[in-house]
Amino acid sequence: MTTPLLQISDLKVAYPGHGLRRKPIEILHGVSIDVQPGETVGLVGESGSGKSTLGRAVLGLAPVTGGSITFNGEDIAHASTSRRRQLAGDIQVVFQDPYSSLSPSLTIGDTLAEPLRARGVSSAEADKRILELLDLVRLPSDTARRLPREFSGGQRQRIAIARALALEPQLIVCDEPVSALDLTTQSKILELFLEVQQRTGVAYLFVSHDLNVVRVLSHRVAVMRGGEIVECGDSELVTSAPTHPYTQQLLLASPVADPVEQAARRARWALTRTKETLV
Amino acid sequence: MSSATSARRPLAGRLLRNPLGAVSLVYLVLLFLVAVVGPFLAPHAPDQVSLEAVLAPPSSDHLLGGDSAGRDVLSRLIAATGTSLLGALIAVVVAAIIGVTSGLIAGYRGGWFDQVSNWLASTTLSLPAIVVLLAVRSVVGPSIWWIMAIFGVILAPSYHRIVYGAVREVRAELYIDAAVVSGLSQPRIIGRHVLTAVRAPTILLTSSLFAVAIAVQASLDFLGVGDPSRPTWGSMLSDGFANISRTSGLMMWPSLVIALTCVALSLLSTALRDELEQQGDSGRGKSVAWSAPQLRPAPALVHGVAPSGTPAPQGAPLLEIKDLSIAYRVGDGWKTVVDGTSLTVGQGEVHALIGESGSGKTQTAWSTLGLLPPGGFVVGGSIRFNGKELTELSAKEFDAVRGRDIAYVPQEPLSNLDPSFTIGHQLSEPLRFTRGFTRKQAQERALELLERVGIRDPQRIFSSYPHQISGGMAQRVLIAGAVASQPKLIIADEPTTALDVTVQAEILELLRDLQRETGVSILLVTHNFGVVADLADRVSVMRSGSIVETGSVAQVFAHPAHEYTRGLMSALLDNAPARGALRTELA
Repeated sequence: MTTPLLQISDLKVAYPGHGLRRKPIEILHGVSIDVQPGETVGLVGESGSGKSTLGRAVLGLAPVTGGSITFNGEDIAHASTSRRRQLAGDIQVVFQDPYSSLSPSLTIGDTLAEPLRARGVSSAEADKRILELLDLVRLPSDTARRLPREFSGGQRQRIAIARALALEPQLIVCDEPVSALDLTTQSKILELFLEVQQRTGVAYLFVSHDLNVVRVLSHRVAVMRGGEIVECGDSELVTSAPTHPYTQQLLLASPVADPVEQAARRARWALTRTKETLV
Repeated sequence: MSSATSARRPLAGRLLRNPLGAVSLVYLVLLFLVAVVGPFLAPHAPDQVSLEAVLAPPSSDHLLGGDSAGRDVLSRLIAATGTSLLGALIAVVVAAIIGVTSGLIAGYRGGWFDQVSNWLASTTLSLPAIVVLLAVRSVVGPSIWWIMAIFGVILAPSYHRIVYGAVREVRAELYIDAAVVSGLSQPRIIGRHVLTAVRAPTILLTSSLFAVAIAVQASLDFLGVGDPSRPTWGSMLSDGFANISRTSGLMMWPSLVIALTCVALSLLSTALRDELEQQGDSGRGKSVAWSAPQLRPAPALVHGVAPSGTPAPQGAPLLEIKDLSIAYRVGDGWKTVVDGTSLTVGQGEVHALIGESGSGKTQTAWSTLGLLPPGGFVVGGSIRFNGKELTELSAKEFDAVRGRDIAYVPQEPLSNLDPSFTIGHQLSEPLRFTRGFTRKQAQERALELLERVGIRDPQRIFSSYPHQISGGMAQRVLIAGAVASQPKLIIADEPTTALDVTVQAEILELLRDLQRETGVSILLVTHNFGVVADLADRVSVMRSGSIVETGSVAQVFAHPAHEYTRGLMSALLDNAPARGALRTELA
């Protein structure tokens, strides 16, 4: 096994409490996980499990209070603002909400040029790169002249992926990137993620609440609950034959689109259901 | 500052098309020209005294007459224009520089600056401006510029507040996070992304504060605390007031100019709001009758009667929607969102309406509840419920059906509970209204219902407020509310979409139990095939306003006949293979 691209060890994240003497609220209680170059690691969990916070910590958007995040051998958990700006070339993001993740008053071209210009790329070079990027995410080249409001959710998510790819990063944190999309759009965007990975060798830290989405895209899957990873391993194993009771319950609770199979799954779910979930 | 690139047409151009904006803008431009070139064209020097002009009526030499010291009113009015506008401008510019800067920093950075600046802003806002300015006058002397600059400081919190609010809002947008991750520097992010968001509210505020500054300046001069050597609108007003018993005309001219200027600024502000926020009533057009779109939807594919095993709907259906069309008024025409939709829900049947966003499934549900948003109308077809034609009911008659015979379970449970009342109050109040229960009866029934929907500590939830419970719990409460009136039909609009998958399984279980127990019919609106497979007897697949396929769940899922349904099914990831470990792929 090669050296990991990203190594997270015993990571703790806590937000300061409001008011003077309030205790900080800890969201992640010591999480460890690694991502190899070119690998997709899926993070699955329910709301409040801390999966998105883990992604934000890698991006430097959440306050790290313990543990380390090592990227290419360098601890970036407490990187300075200027180092963070340099890291933008290596670590990028695609957010969930395609409507609020693009600035409404900038044309797509301006949005895509922004990270390039910030690195001093000439505007002719930037224009050339933007055309390459739009081609990579299968959007027509006249997209650059238009405003975000002219695009559907799926198209906006393609634009967000293009923006993330602009600086040829080694890792993209994907925070629920297909959750707001319709079924058919979702499967097209997932295909795009796979294709982009095959063409560029980028690694994904893929955060989602949907076991199915994570299974299709991930080499390995980590299941989170209450700020901890409860189970982690090969995506086939974790999503088909999980060993942890919580993962089993998560799997049985997601309804499958086949009335007969779903009836059987529901019966098994009812058996495993513990009293604690019925607060 | 005034070019709105986002709107693609310059703001000034759009303002001139707006009648209010054009009139006020033309007036203000004229006023500005008077202030700049007026002094050179004025018939007399503003301080030139001529004895025969004392309180003189209008004449060819003194167009607006003379004042109490024999000076020409028109010339003084012209000379005062520049002073008044410049004074107001100083106040507004000082206020904007201080307020916008502090608002930007406080909103973007937060922390101690946020707290200190907000405290300062609140304190300044609570000061009585006129009293402070009178005190300032006694310190700095009768300099109108100084007084207006200090007034600008007093006005600054208005800018601070509004900019702070706008920045806080935009700070939460993901594109700011995306810009940070893109490696942009902070000044660049503020300049590119944040300033565009505060531009519109700032322009609006400037226009209205300008009017305030003019009025306050006039008041100060009227009180006689201004610079006596300069003619101003306020001092002329004061002179006219002192001589009101001898001639009333003297007061009229400055009053007229002050009033017109303030009105013009207010109108400009209204017009700006319309153009910047595009809230003008542009939809005011001739009314045109709805006509069916040229392109008719193909009839739905109907699967045969349900096979043995699932109970076929018996007798007359409870809900029968026929050729329903729903359209929204858009400008002079109509936008059709549902066209020619037909579906039936039998007694005791769970009928799922499935489709992607924008397919019209929620519109269909809302029309059955008589709750289409403003501008939306049922423009064709019929909705028969229990033998009654719902489309012909008046709003009042609908109230007797909705919440009694037809209940509703919404998508966002927490936003459908009023945060200022306890759960118990919100459950028992409708019971007293719809069933005529006493307070005690209603309370007992509400507790029973909470227990029935699987809440283990009903008493505690009964006295809780919505913010104290989880989303899943809130959905249980809303389901309890829905079954409280023993309805014949429940319309559940994406009842589990906002919930976690483990909570979703429990809510589905609850709905299934309640349905079996009470025999209620359910119209289930959803985009999730798994939910349909779990709960529904029959399913209708909807696409762009009409139903493409309908039949029993077993048949449609096993043999989807329409290519659209097949496309949706193939996009499902249920049986998609897992990707597996990285090394196997490399090998």
